[in-house]
Amino acid sequence: MTVTILFLGPLRDAAGEESRAVPAPLDWTGLIGAVGTDIAQQLADDRVNIACGGRVLADKTSLQAKDGDEVALLPPVSGG
Amino acid sequence: MFEDIRLLDGPFDPQEIIQATADSTMSKGGVANFTGYVSSSGDVEALELSHYEPLTLPGMEDLARAARDRFDITAITIVHRLGRMVPGDPIVCVAAASRHRRDAINAVDFAMDHLKSAAWFWKRELRGGTWHWIEPRGADHSDLARWKSE
Repeated sequence: MTVTILFLGPLRDAAGEESRAVPAPLDWTGLIGAVGTDIAQQLADDRVNIACGGRVLADKTSLQAKDGDEVALLPPVSGG
Repeated sequence: MFEDIRLLDGPFDPQEIIQATADSTMSKGGVANFTGYVSSSGDVEALELSHYEPLTLPGMEDLARAARDRFDITAITIVHRLGRMVPGDPIVCVAAASRHRRDAINAVDFAMDHLKSAAWFWKRELRGGTWHWIEPRGADHSDLARWKSE
């Protein structure tokens, strides 16, 4: 019963790992608690998006990840 | 309607891609294209591009669809590299065919502006033996705004 948190781009360096498995279910408060202070602060930035199950959330604080979901933390893109 | 939307892990030849786009339609009037290459400015030794797979390719396909809806084109190609590249390597190639010059040129311009500001890519550069993440450019967002007021 886990949710996989995936760290993308520069957030991967900040996390020190590509992904982390945490107990399901996972909401916004749970996510903030699971990623550590540094990344939690970055998640507060409007330019940082969250995708759950392959879809970007319009409101990231509405996160409701269930068992087997992948939650991707998406920092601002560098451009193509 | 011809569409060639791809993410590539290895090197590609932009001329082949442009030629394939041109050859795809007998009714073509013109083909416009843009190819971006890794630049060596700022003593860049290498560039590495990562992405989030569940979003990247669907995003590029949505972009091709938006270009098709907006412009009178008969073919569109968007090819983007991933992974590690060195200066001089092609990184992106966009091509569009149309019976009308303006539609082909605008479709390429539109696709490049949206790719640069909205696609799920993260870049880092190797300079002096150290990797540096590239921050978003403000200009990418103003480029995107060009298409909103029209």
